[in-house]
Amino acid sequence: MKHYAQVFEAFNQGADDGWLKSQRIAAFARFEHLGFPTPAIEYWKYTDTKALAKRDFKLATDYDQQAAQQLMADKGLQLDAYQLVFVDGLLCKELSNLEGIQDAVVIEPLSQALATELELTSGMMGRLAGIDVDVFTALNFAFVSEGVVVRVGNNQKVDKPLLVTYLSTATEEAVMSHPRILIAAGASSELQLIEHFIGAEEAKNFTNRVVEGVMERNAKIHHTLLQQPSDKEWWVGRIQIEQKRDSRYTSHQMNLGGKLVRDDLVCDLNGTGAECDFAGLLFGRNRQHMDIHTLVNHNAPLTNSFETYKTIMNDRASGVFNSMVIVKKDSQKIQAVQNNANLLLSDQALINAKPELEIYADDVKCAHGATTGQLDMDALFFLRSRGIGEEEARGLLTLAFANEVIDKLELPAIYNLVETAVAGQLPHKIELDLIQ
Amino acid sequence: MANEEMEQLVSSEYKQGFVTDIESYTLPPGLDEDVIRYISSKKEEPQWLLDWRLEAFALWKEMHDPQAWANIEYPKIDYQAVSYYSAPGAKDKNAPKSLDEVDPKLLETFEKLGIPLHERAALAGVRGVAVDAVFDSVSVGTTFKKELAEAGVIFCSISEAVQNHPELVKKYLGTVVSKTDNFYAALNAAVFTDGSFVFVPKGVTCPMELSTYFRINAANTGQFERTLIICEEGAQVSYLEGCTAPMRDENQLHAAVVELVALDDAYIKYSTVQNWYPGDEEGLGGIYNFVTKRGDCRGDRSKISWTQVETGSAITWKYPSCILRGKDSVGEFYSVAVTNNFQQADTGTKMIHLGEGSRSTIISKGISAGRSNQSYRGLVKILPSAKNARNFTQCDSLLLGDKCGAHTFPYQEIGNASAQVEHEATTSKIGEDQLFYCMQRGISEEDSVNMIVNGFCKDVFQELPMEFAVEAEALLNVSLEGAVG
Repeated sequence: MKHYAQVFEAFNQGADDGWLKSQRIAAFARFEHLGFPTPAIEYWKYTDTKALAKRDFKLATDYDQQAAQQLMADKGLQLDAYQLVFVDGLLCKELSNLEGIQDAVVIEPLSQALATELELTSGMMGRLAGIDVDVFTALNFAFVSEGVVVRVGNNQKVDKPLLVTYLSTATEEAVMSHPRILIAAGASSELQLIEHFIGAEEAKNFTNRVVEGVMERNAKIHHTLLQQPSDKEWWVGRIQIEQKRDSRYTSHQMNLGGKLVRDDLVCDLNGTGAECDFAGLLFGRNRQHMDIHTLVNHNAPLTNSFETYKTIMNDRASGVFNSMVIVKKDSQKIQAVQNNANLLLSDQALINAKPELEIYADDVKCAHGATTGQLDMDALFFLRSRGIGEEEARGLLTLAFANEVIDKLELPAIYNLVETAVAGQLPHKIELDLIQ
Repeated sequence: MANEEMEQLVSSEYKQGFVTDIESYTLPPGLDEDVIRYISSKKEEPQWLLDWRLEAFALWKEMHDPQAWANIEYPKIDYQAVSYYSAPGAKDKNAPKSLDEVDPKLLETFEKLGIPLHERAALAGVRGVAVDAVFDSVSVGTTFKKELAEAGVIFCSISEAVQNHPELVKKYLGTVVSKTDNFYAALNAAVFTDGSFVFVPKGVTCPMELSTYFRINAANTGQFERTLIICEEGAQVSYLEGCTAPMRDENQLHAAVVELVALDDAYIKYSTVQNWYPGDEEGLGGIYNFVTKRGDCRGDRSKISWTQVETGSAITWKYPSCILRGKDSVGEFYSVAVTNNFQQADTGTKMIHLGEGSRSTIISKGISAGRSNQSYRGLVKILPSAKNARNFTQCDSLLLGDKCGAHTFPYQEIGNASAQVEHEATTSKIGEDQLFYCMQRGISEEDSVNMIVNGFCKDVFQELPMEFAVEAEALLNVSLEGAVG
């Protein structure tokens, strides 16, 4: 805590007086007040941040240009897209490319937006992910300086996906970054957002990313999160979406890397006909800890939500899946489906699942199912009876289990990347037939 | 449905809401060590039990109300405003030695509730059910003691057990629900008065159903009973529990503890039909039912089965649980919970798997009507030692009306790759198609709803002993009267 206070003072001192500085001070006070969460807090029951709290992270002031380029070449996603690249939280202009964006669509780095359009940007910031939401969100606000601002005008479909890549380099002293993405999607607009977290094998940094998105009538956002930093990284993320009438938000969360991962996704369905569809995969190995929390607020009638989450835990990894659906009073004609399947590959692995429903309206169709188990012995036997070795059969079945979620990824480049990553994490390697 | 008919149904009363006018001695409200000493001396308890109570009391004073985490709301309870001991009869009168000495007014009360304490009358029924009747803080009498003793079964109030079988009580009391388990368990350990004690020795199948009937009568008192059931190797018992209270405007506290111990191959079936006074349509009055129930499957292949029908109480906070310690042990939980008007229920179960090959089944059916709120809160925990453990959970909620709430909070903590855990839950209202189908066959709306609701609960009612199943169905219909229309 003391360390954070020092870093914060040095960080905020140089800032100009004004809205941002005062907001940051309030946010930091909130963070100090709350402190790092302990398992005694129900919301953090299964995730202990004690080890994270003990580390002293610095803020990056500079980065190794060459290392960044190498990382991007080795692990980056090859995609025809508008690109923004951040290295240890700092914008990398050389690797970013925003050329050719259509009029009526604004995509710019947050630092630039704060400098040139403070009023507009400040109106978007903290509206959904304010300092009261969570301690890490407050921490993010306290250190907010970089990120992305996306404003899509009415009836605009952004012609190419927006790819935001976060690189984490192996620095002498571990660094932290607090990027924030602000999205305003106009009526009947469409946006595809891809976030990719990668890093050097030896990177031990802490990333605390927040996304806030407001979707007007009939807007569509496809959001893909590819979270695959090194297994030594600390990673906390929060996505807050507000949906108005007939809007549709789809999310694909692929959590594959990190030492301690906590991922929060919240959708407020505020307009009739709004719909959200979440799919996610958590694949943990070694001593990784992955925690995913989702919350859907059905605040209006005729809203739908669908969730499919799969977790695979191997070695001594532990996984947490907690999803909550709240149906407000008078939100009638609701459909909410939560599906959760968990696979344990080792006796030391652990899974904690909690699909929750809180329902205050009667004309609803809400269902959830959660299963945890091992691979189907009959299926394993079938494959082996066809002459496939046990190791390979196990690998195939595990991949097939994950595929129900991976199949939802539409872009071939992303599909291949994820499938390769998942196959690479299997205890036994198998041959893949990738989409060309 | 005609309005008149509807009104009649809505105004149907809680039939067990009468008060027995009987002389009783009630301790003045308040809780301190002297009260505990008084209770203990009144029951002529040995020193170790008094020490145990005082220890629990000291710990309780340090603990906090669990209000924060449960999905229920109630004003802070003033524990000093409750009287912790009330017994029918004058202050210095000794407890009756046999049923013949019991005040006829008391017998009449239980007669009125449909619990005949005269053995002859009871025998006239289909088959015998041995009853222990508890009135406020004391056990009024226990029937069929002789017949049970012949089979080797001990069935008596816990106070008697402390006198006659202290070694058994000392060996098992507090081993399943420790005195520090939770706030209400600690309170109970400090001030518990009566309750039932059952001991079934090795290899004995209890020749008849055992049953305890709890009745709160005195105003401004709480009931804190403690039940202990032990089944030795290969023994079997089926135990039923019923409860009612008079209608009063004040909330009354009921904080019980039930401990079950099953050794190798033993089988305990514990059924509850809980019908405490639920409060009136405005949410005034009713019992706060804060109960800790837990079974310990200590032996290999042992089995504990909980069946509960919860229709009463203003607030229910109850999680009958199983610790599946033994190899291949089995835990079951079947529950129907009905809430109407302003009732609140936060109920469910915990299945803790420690033994290899242990299995558990959870079937929970919740029905909310009126302005009530109901939560299912359950935990399935599989420890690394529980190889090949298996759990199946199904919890369905039915919503009648648009002002009620139904919530599901299932926790799964799985630490073993060979475990297989399944959880299913649905929440919906009564299907319009189903209702239409019944009504176009000439069945009235009220009857159709009753029929559908009964069908919804069938999986659980099937598990109840016969006499209780009939009572439970009738109770369900009464509880929901006027909820639909």
